[in-house]
Amino acid sequence: MAAITLKSVGKTYAGGVNAVRGIDLDIADGEFLVLVGPSGCGKSTLLRMVAGLETITDGEIAIGGRVVNEVEPAERDIAMVFQNYALYPHMSVRQNLAYGLKNRKMAKEEISRRVDEAARILEIGAFLDRKPKALSGGQRQRVAMGRAIVREPSCFLFDEPLSNLDAKLRVQMRGEIKQLQARLGTTSIYVTHDQLEAMTLAHRLVVLNGGKVEQVGTPLEVYRRPASTFVASFIGSPAMNLMPARAEGAVAHVGAARVQLEIPAEGAMTLGLRPEDLRAVVPGTEGALHLKTAYVEELGAQRLVHGTVEGTPFGCAMPSDAALADELYLAAEPGAAHAFDAQDGRRLG
Amino acid sequence: MKRTHFRNKILPYLLIAPQLAITIVFFLWPAGEAVLQSFQQEDAFGLKTSWVGLANYSDLFSDPVYIQSLEVTVVFTIAVTAAALIVALLLALAVDRAVKSGPAYTTLLVWPYAVAPAVVGVLWWFLFNPTIGILPYLLSLVGYHWNHALNGTDAMILVVIASAWPQVSYNFLFFVAGLQSIPASMREAAAIDGAGPVKRFFTITLPLLSPTTFFLTVVNFVYAMFATFPVIHATTKGGPAGSTDILVFKVYNDGFIGLNLGSSAAQSVVLLVIVIALTVIQFRFVERRVQY
Ligand SMILES: Nc1ncnc2c1ncn2[C@@H]1O[C@H](COP(=O)(O)OP(=O)(O)O)[C@@H](O)[C@H]1O
Ligand SMILES: [Mg+2]
Repeated sequence: MAAITLKSVGKTYAGGVNAVRGIDLDIADGEFLVLVGPSGCGKSTLLRMVAGLETITDGEIAIGGRVVNEVEPAERDIAMVFQNYALYPHMSVRQNLAYGLKNRKMAKEEISRRVDEAARILEIGAFLDRKPKALSGGQRQRVAMGRAIVREPSCFLFDEPLSNLDAKLRVQMRGEIKQLQARLGTTSIYVTHDQLEAMTLAHRLVVLNGGKVEQVGTPLEVYRRPASTFVASFIGSPAMNLMPARAEGAVAHVGAARVQLEIPAEGAMTLGLRPEDLRAVVPGTEGALHLKTAYVEELGAQRLVHGTVEGTPFGCAMPSDAALADELYLAAEPGAAHAFDAQDGRRLG
Repeated sequence: MKRTHFRNKILPYLLIAPQLAITIVFFLWPAGEAVLQSFQQEDAFGLKTSWVGLANYSDLFSDPVYIQSLEVTVVFTIAVTAAALIVALLLALAVDRAVKSGPAYTTLLVWPYAVAPAVVGVLWWFLFNPTIGILPYLLSLVGYHWNHALNGTDAMILVVIASAWPQVSYNFLFFVAGLQSIPASMREAAAIDGAGPVKRFFTITLPLLSPTTFFLTVVNFVYAMFATFPVIHATTKGGPAGSTDILVFKVYNDGFIGLNLGSSAAQSVVLLVIVIALTVIQFRFVERRVQY
């Protein structure tokens, strides 16, 4: 168990790519931190710097109070689960789990005790003597987790560990990882591009964009108060509607429609409305958003209506029994409007 | 496997006919001739041929010169294979680490393979020439007097180096491809698992390369036993005193120089059996891909 501290950490690859810039983070002991962001935003690079697989070109990383910039991966007391699992194909599952312990000259009895314990926790006891090739994707995933937990490290690092699984298994393994982490209480850093995975797993999530931190917070904080239009459109599904508006006092005008804001603002701004914060009103209602329907997605519990408002793409979530029409008049729930700066996209207020 | 069905019954046979003709004329026919001759003996003037049964074979295996040639072949084949594999693997490991300069090195390292074997022989013959060669001169500086014309060990070292050299290029290409097919994350996982570079090489890289290594071992064996004739011919001609007289060279020497056709044919048949055995091994195991 250990806390992890990042002090203005940066990475410039040999080719000149500035993949990570000035990241400051304090990860508490036992915390489950998720790094989330679109592909290429530097998540893996940051995680690999913590693991010691990439050199740290700027700043400082400390694990358990010890600065590890110059420390070998093996000496950092971390375990990593790779996207492709990286199981050793020529070794049995048991040998895969034991490899890291053997290399550390652990006693035989202790190794087999730990391997059996991990096998019990992850329910992989039945195929300890199989080679990875003879396992299904989900089983391989468990073995990869097993290889991390036998080490009893002070920190787990996950790099998109579920992205090679089918949707159903992904949801199941997601739940298992969450429970396992809660039970072991090991500090974990988890990288994903999937905002749903990030929301469901994280104690705290870090939204990265272009190598920089866009926002840090609990899933609910980030969902309720996105710090920028980037976070607003990235977190939450279906994505938040963003449209140009003009503020007067505390009211945003979009064409003829008016939406009440939380804070006073003036002039050009970007208005954000989550699809689930809208409700249909009587057609022709004064100041309502006028949605021209393009198509409808049935989700069972809800139906998603997609179209345009004042020429901007716009979606809204309706109850599955809501009436459908070519045109819908919508009003925002009170307090649902998000206001962003029209230029830099930062949250207003 | 995908099967193609021809509507015309004769066309498929016509299509493989050229290949079959080549195989029959240049392989099956001479091979059959050799098997036939191996049971015959010709008199000194080539006037009379008589059946002698297995006499050529029993003569062969009771001939100390042939036994020596067998031993020389074993030593030579293992030495060439080991040298060519180890040097190629070391070079491939170096290239695998230096990703950026890799392509340039790779191109340079592949060149020797394009050099004709006889030229390879002449090249090394010059380099090792006791009077004008650079290497004997350098060796004399450290007090070693190189002479592959008199010293059997020197001669063996010369032919092993000359034969292994072009083969290094071939092996190198396969090893580079093999190394690059090992995911980087495998080595990273091992590094996190506390294995240093040397341990990583022996417990992860080498086992994962084993299909490549096995395939190359068989290929190099076949090469060393059968394709090194021009190198031997251009350098030592089997000497001194038969110390580099490998089986293939002896077949040629006894048959075309000594004109002992019966014995030479029997030797060819022995080689034929060895080739068949190696081919069977190759197909059996390489096709199945070694382990995992
Ligand atoms: N070894 C490398 N050399 C040079 N650039 C790299 C290397 N690895 C990643 N990058 C670049 O760094 C940026 C971040 O990559 P990465 O951390 O893998 O992103 P993510 O995991 O968020 O998808 C990308 O622009 C990528 O092209
Ligand atoms: Mg990544």
